[in-house]
Amino acid sequence: MIKKLFVIVILAGLGFVFYTLFQNFDGNTGLNKTAAYYAKNGPSEVGAANLVTAVVVTYRGLDTLGEVTILFLTAAIIGFFLKVNIPDGKKSRNVRKTSEILETASKVLLPVIFLLGVYIFINGHLTPGGGFQGGAVIASGFVLMLLANPKRKFSHSLISSIESMSGIGFVFVGVLGILMAGGFLDNRILALGTFGELLSAGAIPLIYTFVGLKVGTELSNILISMNQVQEDTESITE
Amino acid sequence: MHLTIAIVLGLVMLTMAGIAIHHKKLTVAVIAAGVVSLFASVLYLLLAAPDIAMTEASIGSGLSTIIFFYVLNKIRKTND
Repeated sequence: MIKKLFVIVILAGLGFVFYTLFQNFDGNTGLNKTAAYYAKNGPSEVGAANLVTAVVVTYRGLDTLGEVTILFLTAAIIGFFLKVNIPDGKKSRNVRKTSEILETASKVLLPVIFLLGVYIFINGHLTPGGGFQGGAVIASGFVLMLLANPKRKFSHSLISSIESMSGIGFVFVGVLGILMAGGFLDNRILALGTFGELLSAGAIPLIYTFVGLKVGTELSNILISMNQVQEDTESITE
Repeated sequence: MHLTIAIVLGLVMLTMAGIAIHHKKLTVAVIAAGVVSLFASVLYLLLAAPDIAMTEASIGSGLSTIIFFYVLNKIRKTND
Protein backbone atom coordinates (compact mmCIF):
# COMPACT_ATOMS: atom_id res chain seq x y z
CA MET A 1 0.00 0.00 0.00
CA ILE A 2 2.78 2.39 1.04
CA LYS A 3 4.67 1.38 -2.10
CA LYS A 4 1.68 2.23 -4.30
CA LEU A 5 1.22 5.56 -2.56
CA PHE A 6 4.86 6.32 -3.17
CA VAL A 7 4.47 5.58 -6.89
CA ILE A 8 1.34 7.74 -7.12
CA VAL A 9 3.11 10.64 -5.38
CA ILE A 10 6.05 10.39 -7.79
CA LEU A 11 3.71 10.25 -10.80
CA ALA A 12 1.76 13.26 -9.55
CA GLY A 13 5.00 15.16 -9.04
CA LEU A 14 6.18 14.32 -12.55
CA GLY A 15 2.76 15.33 -13.93
CA PHE A 16 3.00 18.66 -12.14
CA VAL A 17 6.50 19.31 -13.52
CA PHE A 18 5.45 18.48 -17.06
CA TYR A 19 2.25 20.49 -16.74
CA THR A 20 4.15 23.63 -15.76
CA LEU A 21 6.54 23.04 -18.66
CA PHE A 22 3.56 22.64 -20.99
CA GLN A 23 1.94 25.81 -19.66
CA ASN A 24 5.00 27.90 -20.44
CA PHE A 25 5.51 26.31 -23.85
CA ASP A 26 4.95 28.36 -26.94
CA GLY A 27 6.24 27.03 -30.23
CA ASN A 28 9.16 28.58 -32.06
CA THR A 29 8.14 31.30 -34.44
CA GLY A 30 11.43 31.15 -36.35
CA LEU A 31 14.59 29.10 -36.61
CA ASN A 32 17.17 29.52 -33.89
CA LYS A 33 20.59 30.92 -34.68
CA THR A 34 22.34 27.65 -35.64
CA ALA A 35 19.40 26.33 -37.66
CA ALA A 36 19.08 29.65 -39.48
CA TYR A 37 22.78 29.51 -40.38
CA TYR A 38 22.44 25.96 -41.73
CA ALA A 39 19.30 26.82 -43.71
CA LYS A 40 20.86 29.96 -45.19
CA ASN A 41 24.37 28.72 -45.98
CA GLY A 42 23.80 24.98 -46.36
CA PRO A 43 22.99 24.93 -50.09
CA SER A 44 25.92 27.16 -51.08
CA GLU A 45 28.53 25.75 -48.68
CA VAL A 46 27.72 22.05 -48.89
CA GLY A 47 25.68 21.83 -52.10
CA ALA A 48 23.26 19.18 -50.82
CA ALA A 49 19.59 19.53 -51.70
CA ASN A 50 18.65 17.55 -48.58
CA LEU A 51 19.53 19.88 -45.73
CA VAL A 52 19.34 17.08 -43.16
CA THR A 53 22.14 15.31 -45.01
CA ALA A 54 24.18 18.51 -45.14
CA VAL A 55 23.96 18.78 -41.36
CA VAL A 56 24.43 15.06 -40.62
CA VAL A 57 27.37 14.39 -42.94
CA THR A 58 29.23 17.68 -43.10
CA TYR A 59 28.40 20.13 -40.30
CA ARG A 60 27.95 17.34 -37.74
CA GLY A 61 30.08 14.72 -39.51
CA LEU A 62 32.02 13.85 -36.37
CA ASP A 63 28.78 12.88 -34.61
CA THR A 64 27.93 10.58 -37.50
CA LEU A 65 31.34 8.94 -37.16
CA GLY A 66 30.57 8.46 -33.47
CA GLU A 67 27.20 6.88 -34.28
CA VAL A 68 28.79 4.52 -36.78
CA THR A 69 31.37 3.57 -34.15
CA ILE A 70 28.66 2.85 -31.58
CA LEU A 71 26.82 0.67 -34.10
CA PHE A 72 30.07 -1.15 -34.87
CA LEU A 73 30.71 -1.78 -31.18
CA THR A 74 27.17 -3.08 -30.72
CA ALA A 75 27.50 -5.44 -33.66
CA ALA A 76 30.91 -6.62 -32.46
CA ILE A 77 29.66 -7.29 -28.92
CA ILE A 78 26.59 -9.17 -30.19
CA GLY A 79 28.82 -11.19 -32.51
CA PHE A 80 31.15 -11.96 -29.61
CA PHE A 81 28.39 -13.23 -27.32
CA LEU A 82 26.67 -15.19 -30.07
CA LYS A 83 29.80 -17.03 -31.07
CA VAL A 84 28.59 -20.23 -32.67
CA ASN A 85 30.55 -23.45 -32.89
CA ILE A 86 28.59 -26.11 -34.66
CA PRO A 87 30.37 -29.44 -34.31
CA ASP A 88 31.00 -31.22 -37.58
CA GLY A 89 28.97 -34.28 -38.43
CA LYS A 90 26.05 -33.21 -36.23
CA LYS A 91 22.58 -33.33 -37.62
CA SER A 92 21.63 -29.94 -38.94
CA ARG A 93 18.36 -28.58 -37.70
CA ASN A 94 15.11 -29.59 -39.30
CA VAL A 95 13.38 -26.45 -40.45
CA ARG A 96 9.85 -26.48 -41.71
CA LYS A 97 9.87 -26.17 -45.48
CA THR A 98 9.29 -22.57 -46.51
CA SER A 99 6.25 -21.98 -48.64
CA GLU A 100 6.48 -21.78 -52.40
CA ILE A 101 5.08 -18.24 -52.33
CA LEU A 102 7.78 -16.97 -49.96
CA GLU A 103 10.58 -18.60 -51.94
CA THR A 104 9.41 -17.29 -55.30
CA ALA A 105 8.60 -13.85 -53.94
CA SER A 106 12.01 -13.59 -52.32
CA LYS A 107 13.68 -14.28 -55.66
CA VAL A 108 11.66 -11.50 -57.32
CA LEU A 109 11.86 -9.00 -54.46
CA LEU A 110 15.47 -9.36 -53.31
CA PRO A 111 17.13 -7.49 -56.20
CA VAL A 112 14.52 -4.75 -55.93
CA ILE A 113 15.05 -4.37 -52.17
CA PHE A 114 18.84 -4.21 -52.54
CA LEU A 115 18.47 -1.72 -55.39
CA LEU A 116 16.17 0.44 -53.23
CA GLY A 117 18.72 0.37 -50.41
CA VAL A 118 21.52 1.44 -52.75
CA TYR A 119 19.26 4.12 -54.26
CA ILE A 120 18.48 5.50 -50.81
CA PHE A 121 22.10 5.88 -49.77
CA ILE A 122 23.46 7.12 -53.09
CA ASN A 123 20.70 9.74 -53.34
CA GLY A 124 21.12 10.71 -49.69
CA HIS A 125 22.08 14.28 -50.57
CA LEU A 126 19.03 14.77 -52.83
CA THR A 127 16.10 12.86 -51.37
CA PRO A 128 15.13 11.84 -47.83
CA GLY A 129 17.25 9.01 -46.52
CA GLY A 130 20.93 8.29 -46.35
CA GLY A 131 23.49 5.77 -45.27
CA PHE A 132 21.70 4.53 -42.17
CA GLN A 133 18.32 4.16 -43.85
CA GLY A 134 19.77 2.53 -46.97
CA GLY A 135 21.81 0.14 -44.84
CA ALA A 136 18.73 -0.82 -42.83
CA VAL A 137 16.79 -1.49 -46.05
CA ILE A 138 19.63 -3.74 -47.28
CA ALA A 139 19.58 -5.60 -43.96
CA SER A 140 15.81 -6.10 -44.29
CA GLY A 141 16.56 -7.72 -47.66
CA PHE A 142 18.80 -10.12 -45.73
CA VAL A 143 15.86 -10.86 -43.41
CA LEU A 144 13.80 -11.94 -46.42
CA MET A 145 16.71 -14.06 -47.65
CA LEU A 146 17.01 -15.79 -44.28
CA LEU A 147 13.26 -16.35 -44.00
CA ALA A 148 13.11 -17.91 -47.45
CA ASN A 149 16.14 -20.11 -46.91
CA PRO A 150 17.19 -20.41 -43.24
CA LYS A 151 20.04 -22.81 -43.97
CA ARG A 152 21.77 -20.56 -46.46
CA LYS A 153 25.46 -20.10 -45.76
CA PHE A 154 27.01 -16.64 -45.83
CA SER A 155 30.66 -15.78 -46.07
CA HIS A 156 31.53 -14.10 -42.78
CA SER A 157 34.95 -13.04 -44.02
CA LEU A 158 33.44 -11.27 -47.05
CA ILE A 159 30.92 -9.44 -44.87
CA SER A 160 33.48 -8.37 -42.28
CA SER A 161 35.99 -7.28 -44.93
CA ILE A 162 33.35 -5.12 -46.67
CA GLU A 163 32.49 -3.67 -43.28
CA SER A 164 36.04 -2.84 -42.24
CA MET A 165 36.97 -1.50 -45.68
CA SER A 166 34.05 0.93 -45.62
CA GLY A 167 34.89 1.98 -42.07
CA ILE A 168 38.48 2.70 -43.09
CA GLY A 169 37.20 4.50 -46.21
CA PHE A 170 34.96 6.75 -44.13
CA VAL A 171 37.83 7.81 -41.84
CA PHE A 172 40.18 8.15 -44.84
CA VAL A 173 37.79 10.57 -46.57
CA GLY A 174 37.55 12.47 -43.27
CA VAL A 175 41.33 12.79 -43.02
CA LEU A 176 41.53 13.84 -46.68
CA GLY A 177 39.20 16.68 -45.66
CA ILE A 178 41.85 17.95 -43.22
CA LEU A 179 44.58 17.79 -45.85
CA MET A 180 42.71 19.15 -48.88
CA ALA A 181 39.86 21.27 -47.50
CA GLY A 182 38.69 23.05 -44.37
CA GLY A 183 38.71 20.29 -41.78
CA PHE A 184 37.83 16.75 -40.77
CA LEU A 185 35.05 15.32 -42.98
CA ASP A 186 34.84 18.49 -45.08
CA ASN A 187 33.03 17.46 -48.25
CA ARG A 188 34.77 19.95 -50.54
CA ILE A 189 37.61 17.58 -51.41
CA LEU A 190 35.64 16.88 -54.60
CA ALA A 191 33.97 19.51 -56.76
CA LEU A 192 30.60 20.63 -55.44
CA GLY A 193 29.07 20.28 -58.92
CA THR A 194 25.63 21.43 -60.00
CA PHE A 195 23.11 21.75 -57.16
CA GLY A 196 20.59 18.92 -57.31
CA GLU A 197 22.48 16.48 -59.54
CA LEU A 198 23.45 12.94 -58.56
CA LEU A 199 27.19 13.55 -58.62
CA SER A 200 27.24 16.77 -56.65
CA ALA A 201 27.74 17.93 -53.05
CA GLY A 202 31.42 16.92 -53.04
CA ALA A 203 32.24 13.83 -51.04
CA ILE A 204 28.76 13.29 -49.57
CA PRO A 205 27.71 10.49 -51.99
CA LEU A 206 31.05 8.77 -51.31
CA ILE A 207 30.72 9.09 -47.52
CA TYR A 208 27.11 7.89 -47.60
CA THR A 209 28.08 4.90 -49.73
CA PHE A 210 30.63 3.91 -47.09
CA VAL A 211 28.15 4.48 -44.26
CA GLY A 212 25.43 2.55 -46.09
CA LEU A 213 27.67 -0.45 -46.77
CA LYS A 214 28.95 -0.41 -43.22
CA VAL A 215 25.52 -0.20 -41.58
CA GLY A 216 24.04 -2.75 -43.98
CA THR A 217 26.77 -5.33 -43.36
CA GLU A 218 26.73 -4.76 -39.59
CA LEU A 219 22.97 -5.26 -39.26
CA SER A 220 23.03 -8.24 -41.62
CA ASN A 221 25.86 -9.74 -39.61
CA ILE A 222 23.78 -9.49 -36.42
CA LEU A 223 20.84 -11.20 -38.19
CA ILE A 224 23.02 -13.94 -39.65
CA SER A 225 24.60 -14.71 -36.27
CA MET A 226 21.11 -14.77 -34.70
CA ASN A 227 20.05 -17.25 -37.36
CA GLN A 228 23.09 -19.45 -36.83
CA VAL A 229 22.64 -19.49 -33.08
CA GLN A 230 19.24 -21.11 -33.62
CA GLU A 231 21.06 -23.96 -35.33
CA ASP A 232 23.54 -24.19 -32.48
CA THR A 233 20.91 -24.70 -29.76
CA GLU A 234 19.24 -27.38 -31.77
CA SER A 235 22.44 -29.34 -32.18
CA ILE A 236 22.99 -29.20 -28.41
CA THR A 237 19.52 -30.47 -27.53
CA GLU A 238 19.63 -33.28 -30.01
CA MET B 1 -7.33 17.00 -40.80
CA HIS B 2 -3.69 16.30 -39.91
CA LEU B 3 -4.52 16.78 -36.26
CA THR B 4 -7.29 14.15 -36.34
CA ILE B 5 -5.01 11.63 -38.07
CA ALA B 6 -2.27 12.36 -35.55
CA ILE B 7 -4.65 11.88 -32.61
CA VAL B 8 -6.00 8.60 -34.03
CA LEU B 9 -2.44 7.35 -34.63
CA GLY B 10 -1.44 8.35 -31.12
CA LEU B 11 -4.40 6.50 -29.60
CA VAL B 12 -3.64 3.36 -31.63
CA MET B 13 0.00 3.58 -30.52
CA LEU B 14 -1.00 3.89 -26.86
CA THR B 15 -3.34 0.88 -27.14
CA MET B 16 -0.67 -1.19 -28.86
CA ALA B 17 1.90 -0.18 -26.24
CA GLY B 18 -0.53 -1.33 -23.53
CA ILE B 19 -1.01 -4.64 -25.33
CA ALA B 20 2.76 -5.01 -25.68
CA ILE B 21 3.20 -4.62 -21.93
CA HIS B 22 0.24 -6.59 -20.60
CA HIS B 23 -0.49 -9.38 -23.09
CA LYS B 24 0.26 -12.86 -21.80
CA LYS B 25 1.49 -14.25 -25.11
CA LEU B 26 4.97 -12.91 -25.88
CA THR B 27 4.57 -13.25 -29.66
CA VAL B 28 1.52 -10.97 -29.58
CA ALA B 29 3.45 -8.52 -27.42
CA VAL B 30 6.36 -8.43 -29.89
CA ILE B 31 4.04 -7.83 -32.82
CA ALA B 32 2.25 -5.07 -30.90
CA ALA B 33 5.60 -3.40 -30.23
CA GLY B 34 6.31 -3.58 -33.97
CA VAL B 35 2.96 -1.96 -34.74
CA VAL B 36 3.80 0.90 -32.37
CA SER B 37 6.94 1.58 -34.44
CA LEU B 38 5.00 1.33 -37.70
CA PHE B 39 2.44 3.92 -36.62
CA ALA B 40 5.20 6.07 -35.16
CA SER B 41 6.84 6.13 -38.59
CA VAL B 42 3.57 7.32 -40.18
CA LEU B 43 3.40 10.01 -37.50
CA TYR B 44 6.96 11.12 -38.31
CA LEU B 45 5.94 11.38 -41.96
CA LEU B 46 3.02 13.64 -41.00
CA LEU B 47 5.41 15.78 -38.95
CA ALA B 48 7.54 16.27 -42.10
CA ALA B 49 10.48 14.09 -41.01
CA PRO B 50 10.76 11.50 -43.81
CA ASP B 51 14.35 10.63 -42.92
CA ILE B 52 13.39 9.53 -39.42
CA ALA B 53 10.25 7.82 -40.72
CA MET B 54 12.38 5.58 -42.96
CA THR B 55 14.69 4.61 -40.12
CA GLU B 56 11.80 3.90 -37.77
CA ALA B 57 9.93 1.80 -40.34
CA SER B 58 12.91 -0.36 -41.30
CA ILE B 59 14.68 -0.71 -37.95
CA GLY B 60 11.84 -0.28 -35.45
CA SER B 61 9.16 -2.38 -37.08
CA GLY B 62 11.29 -4.60 -39.31
CA LEU B 63 14.65 -5.61 -37.92
CA SER B 64 13.99 -5.35 -34.17
CA THR B 65 10.80 -7.42 -34.46
CA ILE B 66 12.73 -10.16 -36.28
CA ILE B 67 15.53 -10.04 -33.71
CA PHE B 68 12.97 -10.31 -30.87
CA PHE B 69 11.50 -13.38 -32.55
CA TYR B 70 14.91 -15.00 -32.95
CA VAL B 71 15.70 -14.39 -29.28
CA LEU B 72 12.25 -15.66 -28.22
CA ASN B 73 12.75 -18.84 -30.21
CA LYS B 74 16.18 -19.38 -28.70
CA ILE B 75 14.97 -18.83 -25.11
CA ARG B 76 12.08 -21.25 -25.60
CA LYS B 77 14.40 -23.96 -26.91
CA THR B 78 16.81 -23.55 -24.02
CA ASN B 79 13.95 -23.71 -21.47
CA ASP B 80 12.44 -26.89 -22.88
